[in-house]
Amino acid sequence: MIAAYASPLERVWYYAFRIICGLVLVFLMLPILVIAPLSFNADSFLLYPMSGFSLQWYEEFFTSPAWRQAFMNSCIVSPFATLLAMALGTPAAVGLTRIDFPGKAVLTSILISPMVVPVVIVGVATYLVFAPAGLSGSYIGLILVHAALGVPFVVTTVSATLQGFDFNLVRAAASLGANPLTAFFKVTLPLVAPGVISGGLFAFGTSFDEVVVTLFLAGPEQSTLPRQMFAGIRENISPTIAAVATILTVMSTLMLITLEWLRRRSERTRGQGR
Amino acid sequence: MSNLTATMTETVTTDRSVSLKTQLHRAERMKKLKYGALIVPLALFLLFTFVWPIAALLKRSIDNPEIVTAFPATSALLHSWDGRSLPDNAVFAAFAEEAGKIKGTPVFASAAKRLNMELPGFRSLMMKTARAMPPEAGQSAREALIAADQRWGDIATWQYLGRNASPTTARYLLASVDRKYDDAGHIVKVDDDEAIYVDVLKRTFGMSAVVTICCLLLGFPLAYMMAMQPPRIANVLMIFVLLPFWTSVLVRVAAWLVLLQSEGLVNQALRAFGLIEKPLQLVFNSTGVYVAMVHILLPFMILPLYSVMKGISPAYVRAAVSLGCPPFKSFWKVYFPQAVPGVGAGCLLVFIICMGYYITPALLGSPKEQMVSYFVAFYTNQTINWGMAAALSAILFAATLLLYMVYSRLVGQQDAVKAR
Repeated sequence: MIAAYASPLERVWYYAFRIICGLVLVFLMLPILVIAPLSFNADSFLLYPMSGFSLQWYEEFFTSPAWRQAFMNSCIVSPFATLLAMALGTPAAVGLTRIDFPGKAVLTSILISPMVVPVVIVGVATYLVFAPAGLSGSYIGLILVHAALGVPFVVTTVSATLQGFDFNLVRAAASLGANPLTAFFKVTLPLVAPGVISGGLFAFGTSFDEVVVTLFLAGPEQSTLPRQMFAGIRENISPTIAAVATILTVMSTLMLITLEWLRRRSERTRGQGR
Repeated sequence: MSNLTATMTETVTTDRSVSLKTQLHRAERMKKLKYGALIVPLALFLLFTFVWPIAALLKRSIDNPEIVTAFPATSALLHSWDGRSLPDNAVFAAFAEEAGKIKGTPVFASAAKRLNMELPGFRSLMMKTARAMPPEAGQSAREALIAADQRWGDIATWQYLGRNASPTTARYLLASVDRKYDDAGHIVKVDDDEAIYVDVLKRTFGMSAVVTICCLLLGFPLAYMMAMQPPRIANVLMIFVLLPFWTSVLVRVAAWLVLLQSEGLVNQALRAFGLIEKPLQLVFNSTGVYVAMVHILLPFMILPLYSVMKGISPAYVRAAVSLGCPPFKSFWKVYFPQAVPGVGAGCLLVFIICMGYYITPALLGSPKEQMVSYFVAFYTNQTINWGMAAALSAILFAATLLLYMVYSRLVGQQDAVKAR
């Protein structure tokens, strides 16, 4: 609120500041708001004003063999990479939270490092090593590296969830006669699940948007959606790209909503627990 | 959890004669082993898919296997050669024999190619020499080699061979900072028309700095405003930050291409306001790259800033104002110093990510905006020069690692402060 005794300069600044913030918000949202309508354009130019409404670009996306193949590949690679990242990352996060040992900080930073190292280096390095082993141009190679890129997100989110997890609850369950398995499924999992799922969502998002490693490591048969988009933008940007972009944006919105819901749910359960 | 109960029962049932201390130690060790075992699969997985490949790539930047593999005996002899006068007959003989033995094989070809990188013309010298090998009967190896080509009588030719007869070389790393060995083996600058990498590195760091500053200028006000709002409004505003953050980078690049093209909305708007007459060229130059990079990296600035600012109590600034400090001054003297850790974390994060970026400059820039990553990709895909790709990767990797260490120290301190 602006104070009644504010000087004129302060008043001007008060409104100028709001305008600046508004412009930054517009800058952030503009690209997403602009590209979605163009995917319904009737003609083949990505220009405003639009000439009419049409679903032909979505039809093109769902019928063109190249896009379909790319979509299928993404639907193979990302879920498997996510599952692998969750399966490896969750136990590791539990281990890292529960024990202390010399070199833990170094180990943790190595486990987190795929998030930091430039992807070009990861792409070139894995190509160098995987190609002689016959893993380049294969789904397995791609899934392995995508999982490695997603693991840090699982480790960090699950660790963060475990930081606030009171292990006395498990002891309480045990003292009340629950066997370890029951205690895990009835007490631990419901409280930790939001962290595991958000970590998984982050890993999925990373893999589903990954293009650089895919450029190096995937053969033409493993071309994923982002790689197909990369090629499309580079060669000839068509409204099909806008259609794909819209579909992807809807997907990321859904993911964001899920994450937010998980966060609130986790906060609520914790609140009740205390 | 199961471990816990297991440990407890174990403690209860163990022999009473063992001291409590030993039991505790044993239980602790069991716990460590059990939980340590949970980390092992991930550690092994990353070792195979991540650490090992990167180590292999970095090693490539100093690898120099060609000559040693093709001419092992000659290489060994050249190591003890002083390099001041022509090598003795044993070296000539070993070289002639090895050249005769492997001529026409891929090993020979790659050695010739490698030497040609040092001195153009070396490949044809090697091919010509190989045809004359092995020496005819009654002819010494020295005579045969010099007869095949005069250049085998020059010390310089042998010096080139000798310098590359070791399994490692600093050549690629030197080349990636525009340095090379001269004929005498000293490190010198390369000719100006060949020097490109220092410029590329400067450009990489320069562009990252500009993007970081732009992100700070745009992100700071917004983060500050969000931190001032009640949670309900702040959460809504957060969606505006997180939605672009979650949107695919390629979607955003495509969107900026549409917005900034010569008939795009930005040019249309500028013309409608009468600011310009002819459409401006906004993509495939530095403008396009900067706009898209700032847009992509802005959330990475806003999120750490916001998380720090949310923890700053407004009471301090209010106190400063009530004590008569003007608002702007109290912001600068009281509020800003408390936000500095967030500024540091955000700037480092944006700078680190920006440095390694490949997609945006590749899609929205001209050749003049390409950063180190582009050249790493170029040497891998186009010319297949692993030495150069690895050397440039090594530089990028070292810079990233260094900045990341500063970053984690900074963030670690923040966490420590929060915990207190």
